[in-house]
Amino acid sequence: MNGSDILLESLKREGVEIIFGYPGGQIIGTFDRLFDCGIKHVLPRHEQGGVHAAEGYARATGKVGVCIATSGPGATNLVTGIADAYSDSTPLVLITGQVGTTLIGGDAFQEADIIGITRPIVKHSYLIKNIKEIPSAVKEAFHIASTGRPGPVLIDMPKDVQAAQGKFEYPKDIDLPGYQPNYEGHLMQIKKILHALENAKKPLILIGGGVRLSGASDVLIVFAEATDIPVSTTFMGQGAFPFNHPLYVGWMGMHGNYASNQASLNTDYILAIGTRFSDRTTGNFREFAPNAAVAHIDIDPTSISKNIPVNTPIVGDAKTVLKQFMKYIKEFKAEKNAKARKIWLEEIAVWNSERPFSYIKSDNIIKPQFVVEQIYQITKGEAIITTEVGQNQMWAGQFYKFKYPNQFVSSGGLGTMGFGLPAAIGAKLGCPNKEVFDIAGDGSILMCIQELTMAVQYRIGIKVAILNNRFLGMVRQWQQLFFDRRYSLTCLESQPDFVKVAEAFGCVGLRAETPPEVRTVLEEAMKVKNIPVVMDFRCAREENVFPMVPAGSGLDKMIFS
Amino acid sequence: MKHIISIIAENKFGTLSRVSGLFSGRGYNIESLTVNETEKPGLSNMTIVTSGENPVIEQIIKQLRKLVNVLRVRDVTSLPDHIEREMSLIKLHVISKQRPEVLGIVDTFRARVIDMSHDSVIIEISGSEEKVSSFIELVRPYGLIEVVRTGILAMAKGSTVTAETNK
Repeated sequence: MNGSDILLESLKREGVEIIFGYPGGQIIGTFDRLFDCGIKHVLPRHEQGGVHAAEGYARATGKVGVCIATSGPGATNLVTGIADAYSDSTPLVLITGQVGTTLIGGDAFQEADIIGITRPIVKHSYLIKNIKEIPSAVKEAFHIASTGRPGPVLIDMPKDVQAAQGKFEYPKDIDLPGYQPNYEGHLMQIKKILHALENAKKPLILIGGGVRLSGASDVLIVFAEATDIPVSTTFMGQGAFPFNHPLYVGWMGMHGNYASNQASLNTDYILAIGTRFSDRTTGNFREFAPNAAVAHIDIDPTSISKNIPVNTPIVGDAKTVLKQFMKYIKEFKAEKNAKARKIWLEEIAVWNSERPFSYIKSDNIIKPQFVVEQIYQITKGEAIITTEVGQNQMWAGQFYKFKYPNQFVSSGGLGTMGFGLPAAIGAKLGCPNKEVFDIAGDGSILMCIQELTMAVQYRIGIKVAILNNRFLGMVRQWQQLFFDRRYSLTCLESQPDFVKVAEAFGCVGLRAETPPEVRTVLEEAMKVKNIPVVMDFRCAREENVFPMVPAGSGLDKMIFS
Repeated sequence: MKHIISIIAENKFGTLSRVSGLFSGRGYNIESLTVNETEKPGLSNMTIVTSGENPVIEQIIKQLRKLVNVLRVRDVTSLPDHIEREMSLIKLHVISKQRPEVLGIVDTFRARVIDMSHDSVIIEISGSEEKVSSFIELVRPYGLIEVVRTGILAMAKGSTVTAETNK
């Protein structure tokens, strides 16, 4: 066997079912063996599309996404996706071709130091210098990518190592003395938190993407019910607690709901689980939860007390630790502050009814929020939703209601425009029985539009809903609010005809220009199977995302219109 | 405040750049950095002098521990008692007339002359950072040609292990 065979055999041992990859000179040997090795292979039309598709696949399935690219420009085209996966803790294994070991450092054709370039945005990386290192590197890479706080791991494969001959021997064990993520929580801390929760009058659970990643949703529901504590989510935590649960408060943060932000201001005890306290969740760090003690469960020790000082930390896996909590739940005296708790839940209910997510409806112009609501209705709330970045992303978060984990696939941390379309393709490949919608803007859809070709080639029936306002809407909104309406470079004066674009790519293209047409277009789209559908919704141009907390302000500074 | 961080890391491809890149990427500063093999083959010791408020130092330590090839991280300055040493080579322009004077200072500081030519000397000195610095300031007026310093090495006093190399 040669190095490429050994690499692919190792991937099979790790259970890889699908590879997103783009060939090139220094990885040609591996593609030669990939051709008939039995692993499904999908060809994006740009390496960035490949890595985002791998992310979408990983996010929707919980499995490790795999993406292969060639050296130099192929590898550097992965960089945005790697940074995206690093920010959102998405498990990926990236394989890049590299010039031969004897040529490294000589500025050879298509040579780039991809290990150096990606060093701050990978969880770990390997430059394979000897064929013998391949199996253990692959095994370690999958282990590192998928355990602890997940993230991207890169394996750089020089051309001569791919071609070298050797024997395949897959290691049974992993020897990583410097990588031992902690899963179990400290019992003393668990008891301390339970005790504090008993005594809290206005406790609040805040969950992030970590709950989703750890598969902790079921035990979280049981825990919240047993303790009768309301639950807010971060942007990334949406779906990890069902929206229709009576204890669900909403999404906390810059464009989150009033009730969650009010709850953060009034709570006396926050139990945060699997969140890194992003500034988009907390607003101004110093003004966050001014009346609360904070307990924090996170598998990544660096997340604890990084942005928000924590009173009681637990380093551990959300699911494991919540199960530990449940062992002591019988001792939990829910009745201790029952009266105060009842008032607290009523207070939250009032906030929620006072100011739910809303917008001014229109009979003659399509409101983007209306489109998202209609998508929600026609998919009965069951679809996987990916988004691009900006207003489209925030409206998707506000007006699609998420009920199961991994339902919402959005670039939360890095905020990568161009993410949604390839991510939808990856998600659909991972979950073929789900409807997958990319809720897009007309700005960001153009950043990876070429991936419509990938969807057409593999008959992937995704739906792309473009909320077309001919603006880079979110930046325009900031310019309106904070820069005197000087719409510098955000007015997209020349946009393509998206219906024709869709048709040229071999997709179905549909357009809605009036509110009644929205439903008709969606119904039409839902009839189409195995062919991607692009829907051009001509929306109100200067619609804003509200509520909004200006960057750098506390969550009490919400703007509503 | 100054902190000395002692790191035991696997001596693998790219480990040093992962450590140093972490400092630059996250805006921490490095005052000095030394890297050496330990008594165990395959393991390196890095001693990094940095500074910052306590929460920053705590983040630095946690971020370093997150690196896959890093086995142990210890804030030596947090140990009850420890020793700090630095070595320096100093090349001075010295004309023969001034030589006795310079040798006198060398003697007082228990430094050594390790090379001498008709118009220069190379002096070796080791000790605390302060001692080395004040020596350099004292001899500077004679005509400092160049200085190289190792950066600080640190070790816990007594039988306490600074940073264990046992897996």
